Amino acid sequence: MTSTYLAEPAKVLAAQGIAQYAWLLIVLPLLGAAILLISGRRSDRWGHLLGSAMVIAAFGYGLALFFSVIGLDPEQRVREVSLFSWIPVEALKVDFGLRLDPLSITFVLLITGVGSLIHIYSIGYMSHDENRRKFFAYLNLFVGAMLILVLGNSFVTLYLGWEGVGLASYLLISFWQHKPSAAEAAKKAFLMNRVGDIGLAVAIFLMFANLGTTQYTEVFERAGELSGGVVLAIALMLLLGACGKSGQFPLQAWLPDAMEGPTPVSALIHAATMVTAGVYLIARSNPIYDLTPDGRLVVTIIGALTLLIGCVIGCAYDDFKKVLAYSTVSQIGYMILAVGLGPFGYALGIMHLLTHGFFKAGLFLGAGSVMHGMNDEGNIRRMGGLARKMPITFVTWGLGYLALIGFPFLSGYYSKDAIIEAAFGQEGWRGWVFGGAALFGAALTAFYMTRLMLLVFFGEKRWEKLKSADGRDYSPHESPKSMTVPMIVLAFGSVFAGFLLSNGGLLSNWLTPSLGTLETAEHGVIPHALVPLLTVALSALGALVAWVIFGRKSVRVPVERPAASWPVRAARADLYTNALNDWLVVKPSLLLTRAFLVVDNKGVDGIVMGTASVLGGGSGVLRRTQTGFVRSYALSMLGGSVLVIAAMLVVRFA
Amino acid sequence: MSSAILLPALLLLPLVGAVVVALLRNNDRLARLSALGFSLAELVLAVFAWIAFDAGGARLQLTTSVEWIPQFGVNFALGVDGIALVMIALIAFLVPVVIGASWEEKLPEGRTLGGFLSLILVMETFMVGVFAATDVFLFYVFFEAMLIPAYFLIGRFGGPRRTYAAMKFFLYSLLGGLIMLASVIGVYVTSADVLGKGTFEWAKLVEISKDLSPTAQFWLFLGFFVAFAIKAPLVPLHTWLPDSAAEAPVGVGVLLVGVLDKVGTFGFLRYGLSLFPEASKQLAPLVLVLAVIGILYGAFLAFGQSDMKRFVAFTSIAHFGFIALGIFAFSSQSISGSVLYMVNHGISTGMLFLVVGMVMARGGSRKFSDYGGMAKLTPVLGGLFLVAGLSSLALPGTNSFVSEFLVLVGSFPNEPVFTIIASVGMVLAALYVLRAYQQVMQGPVRGTALVGLAGGPGSATDPESETFKSKIADLSRRELIVLAPLVALVIGLGVYPKPVLDVITPSVTATMTEAGVTDPVVSQEGNK
Repeated sequence: MTSTYLAEPAKVLAAQGIAQYAWLLIVLPLLGAAILLISGRRSDRWGHLLGSAMVIAAFGYGLALFFSVIGLDPEQRVREVSLFSWIPVEALKVDFGLRLDPLSITFVLLITGVGSLIHIYSIGYMSHDENRRKFFAYLNLFVGAMLILVLGNSFVTLYLGWEGVGLASYLLISFWQHKPSAAEAAKKAFLMNRVGDIGLAVAIFLMFANLGTTQYTEVFERAGELSGGVVLAIALMLLLGACGKSGQFPLQAWLPDAMEGPTPVSALIHAATMVTAGVYLIARSNPIYDLTPDGRLVVTIIGALTLLIGCVIGCAYDDFKKVLAYSTVSQIGYMILAVGLGPFGYALGIMHLLTHGFFKAGLFLGAGSVMHGMNDEGNIRRMGGLARKMPITFVTWGLGYLALIGFPFLSGYYSKDAIIEAAFGQEGWRGWVFGGAALFGAALTAFYMTRLMLLVFFGEKRWEKLKSADGRDYSPHESPKSMTVPMIVLAFGSVFAGFLLSNGGLLSNWLTPSLGTLETAEHGVIPHALVPLLTVALSALGALVAWVIFGRKSVRVPVERPAASWPVRAARADLYTNALNDWLVVKPSLLLTRAFLVVDNKGVDGIVMGTASVLGGGSGVLRRTQTGFVRSYALSMLGGSVLVIAAMLVVRFA
Repeated sequence: MSSAILLPALLLLPLVGAVVVALLRNNDRLARLSALGFSLAELVLAVFAWIAFDAGGARLQLTTSVEWIPQFGVNFALGVDGIALVMIALIAFLVPVVIGASWEEKLPEGRTLGGFLSLILVMETFMVGVFAATDVFLFYVFFEAMLIPAYFLIGRFGGPRRTYAAMKFFLYSLLGGLIMLASVIGVYVTSADVLGKGTFEWAKLVEISKDLSPTAQFWLFLGFFVAFAIKAPLVPLHTWLPDSAAEAPVGVGVLLVGVLDKVGTFGFLRYGLSLFPEASKQLAPLVLVLAVIGILYGAFLAFGQSDMKRFVAFTSIAHFGFIALGIFAFSSQSISGSVLYMVNHGISTGMLFLVVGMVMARGGSRKFSDYGGMAKLTPVLGGLFLVAGLSSLALPGTNSFVSEFLVLVGSFPNEPVFTIIASVGMVLAALYVLRAYQQVMQGPVRGTALVGLAGGPGSATDPESETFKSKIADLSRRELIVLAPLVALVIGLGVYPKPVLDVITPSVTATMTEAGVTDPVVSQEGNK
C-alpha cells in the first residue's frame, strides 16, 4: 500500500459564465422557505407548489452548471465564487464563497434531483395535513442548508450548512410535534448531532490555531506543514463530526428514532442526503486524510463496526421504517469504510452514496406508500400479501430491494461490490477483517431485506383480521400518481445508476479533480475475481435463510412478536446502545443537575448571602426587608457609602 | 452639528423624556406614547453617533469634557471607543423594544405605567453614561446611579417576592460598588504618586499603567474585579441574578440581563485589561476557571429550572462564562467575539425574555410544568420562541453563532483545554433550550395554565373549542412589531456581522496593545 501517496491539490480558479450565479442554488430554496414561513396561512393554497418550484428550479440550474463544467478540461474543473467576507477579525478571515468542483456538483445534482422528486411526492403524501405549507417551508430550508453544506468553500461555511441541516432535520422529525415521541426523537437527534458538532468545531479550531485559516484552498494547500499529531487530531475530530451527522457508532442511536418524521423526510434527509454528509466531509477533506494512515484506519474501523451493528439490529426490528433506518446506518457504514481506505476508496464511497441515494430513497418512498395505504400502520407483522394490492409500489420497491442486496448488474451490485473488493485489497489483517466484515454485512443485508420483503408483500394477509390503531379496517390501495411517479423514477436509478456510473470509471474519473485518482490494490488477501462470486453467493444464502424462516408456505408469522433468544433480544434492544447512553450520559447529567440545584439554592446562595448579611450590618437584614425596613436600610447603606467616600477623601487630602 | 454634543445629548434626552413621562403618568396612553417617542429619538441619536464614529480613528471619539470637581481632578468627561459605541447602540435599540413590550404591562396595585416607563428612561440615561464615561470617577458615579432606578423598578413593579429580590440585588451591587470605590480612590492616589497630581482621567491612567508596582496593580484590580464579577455574574457571585430577573417585570429583566450586566464585562476590558495589564494576566487563570465553571454550571441549572424567568437568567450565566472566557483568553478574535457576544446576548436573551413574557401573559404562570403543547394554539409564538432559543444556543446563521465561534476559535490557541471544556457548553445549550421548547410548546395541549383557563384547573377541555382558542390567542399585532426587529437582527447579524465587527475590532486591538498582549495566530500574508 502506498501510504505516502499525496494528491496534488487541484488549482482553484475563479468561476466564470453561468457558474458565477451559483448562489442562486442556495438562495432559491431559502427564499422559498422564507416566503412560506412569513406569509403564513395565506400561502396554504399554493405553498407546496412554490416550494416544489424552487427546488426544481435549483435542479435546473444545477444541470446547466453540470453541463457547463463537463465542457472544461479536468484541470479547470475546480472553481470558486467568492461572495462576501463573513467573519473577519484580524488573522481570521472567514469568507463566504462557493466551491464548484466535480464533488460539490455531484452533490448538487443528488440533493436537488432527489429533492425535487420528494417534493413532488410530498404534495400527495401530505395532502391531508393542515400544515402542509409549513412542511414544504422546512423542506426548502433543508435543501438550502444542505446546498450550503456541500457548496461552501471553507470549513466554517460547511459548519453553517451542517447545523442548518440539523435544524431542518429537527423541525421535520418533530413535524407532528403534538406527538411526544416525535418531539423527543427530534431533540435526541439534535443533541447527538451537537455532540458530533463539537468534533467538527474543534477540528476548525485546530486548523485556525495551526494554519491561521479555515478556507479549503489554504488548508488543503498547506496541510503538509502540520505535524503528524495535529493532522491525526484533526482527522479524528472531523470523524467525530461525521459520526454524529451520519449515524455512525457511537452516535448512531438518533437515526432510527428520527423515523418519527413524515416518510418523505426519512427518504430525503435520513437516507439519501443529510446523513451522507459525513461521507462528504471525509471525502472533501481528503488532503488531510491522505496524510494520516492512522486516522484513516480509525475511520475504517468505525465504518466496519457500524455496518455490522446496523445489519444485526436491522434483522430484529418489526417497524418498517426502522428496519430501513438501520439499513441506512449500515450502508453509510460501507461508505465510511470506503472513504477510510483513502485513495483506494474515496470515489467508491461517493459512488455507493449516489446509488444508495436512489434505491434507499425509493425504498423509503415505497414504505411511505405502503403505510399511506395501510392507515399509517408501520408494523410489518400486521402486513403481508400486499404485492397484489399495490402493484406499482411492489415493483418499484422490489427493484430497490434487489439493488440494495446487490443483485447482479443492479446499482448496489456495482457500488457495494467495489467497496468489498477494495476492503479485501488491504494488506494483512486489515484485508481479512474489513473485507470479512463487509462480506458478512452483505449476507446480513440480504437476510433482513428479504425478511422485510416477505413480511410486507408476500404470504398471509394478516391485516385482514385486524383493525388499525384508530379502529378502522385496513383497506390497502395503490397511492396516487404524484407519489408513484417519483417512485418509478427512483426505481430506474436503482436499476441503471450503478452500471452507468461505474462503466469505464465514469464517476471516479469525473471526481478525480476533487478526490485524486482512484487507486486499485495490486494484491489483496483474496483474488479480485473471487469477490463478486463470494458476495453474490453469501447474499443468496442470506436471502435463502430469510425465506426458510419467514417465506415458506407452512410458516405462520405471528402478529405479536414472539419471545426470542438472547441475541435477538439484544438486537431488539439496539444492542443496548441506548441503555448505555442512558447510563453513561443521561442519568449522570440528571444527577448532576439535581446536585447543582441543591448546591446553588442551599450552598452558594446561603454562603454568599450570609456573608452579605454580615457585611450589611447584622444577620437579620433580609428578614427585615420583608417587613418594611427596605427603604430605611437601603438609604442608610447609601448614606454610609457616601460617608465612606467622604472620609477617605478627607483623610487623604485634608 | 458638532459630533461632541452627541454624547451629552444621548445622556440628556432620556432624562428629559423621563420628566415628561412622569408628568403625564395619570394618562397611560400619553405616557407610553411619549416614552416611545423619546426612546425612538434616542435611537436616532445613536444612529448619528454610529455614523459620526470613525472605526479606524482615534482611541476615544465624540469626546467632550467639563470640569466637575476640580479639587480632585474629576471631570465630566465623555467619549466612546468601538466597544462602548456598540453597547450604547444596543441600549438605544432595546429601550424602545422594551417600552413596546411593556405597553399593556400588568403592574402591582397603585403603580402607574407612566411611573414605570419614566424610571426606564432614567435608567437609560445612566446606562448610556456608564459606557460613555471616560473619567473613572464619573464611571463610578454612573455605575452606582444605575442601581437606583433598577432597584425601584424591581422593588416596586416586580413579582410577588420583589422586595426580597430588589434588596438582594441592591446589597450585592452596593457591596461590589463599595469595594470598587476603594480601588477608584486608590487609582487616584497612585496616579498622584506617579504624576505629582492625581487624575481620574482614563486615558492618562492608561499611560501610567506600566509605572504601577505589581502589588499595587493587583490590589487595585481586585477591587474593580469583584464589582465587575458581581455585575457580569461569575459563579459563585451570581445568585442575585436569578432572583432579580425572576421578580423583575419582563422589560426590566431584558435591560437588566441584556445591558446592565454587561457593565461588568465591559469593565473587565476598559478598567481591567487597559488599566492593570499585569494584574489582569495574573488573575486570568482564575477568571478562566470561573468562566468555564459558569458555562457548565449555568447550563445545568438552566436545564433544571422549573421557573421560566429563572431559566433565562441561568442561560445568561452560562453565556457570561463564554464572554469572560473570550476576554481573558487574550486574542483579538476571542475578545472581539466577547464584545460581539455582549451585543448579541442582549438581542437574543432579550428576545427570549420577551417571548417567555408573552407565554406568561397568556397562561399567567411562570412554571414550565403549567404549560404544554402551546404551539398548537399559538403557532407564531411557538415559532418565535424557537427562534429566540436557537439564537440562544448559537445556531449558525443566527447572530450568536458568530460571537460564540469567535470566542472559541480565538481562545483555542492560547487556552485549548478551557476551550474544549467550554465547547461542551454547546451541547448543554441545545439541551436546555430544546427541553424548554419541548415542555412549553410540543406534545398534546396540557398544563393547568392552558387547560385550566377554559374550564377550571385540570378540566379536560377540547383545545379545538372556540372558547379555548379565544382565551389563548396567538401574537397580537403589537407583539409582532415588538419582536420583528429582534428577529431581523438575529438573522441579519448572523449572516453579515462585518459592519459591527469592523467597529469593534480596532478598539479590541487597541485594548490588547494597552494590555501588552499579542495575537497567538497572525495573518499569513503579513500585511497586518
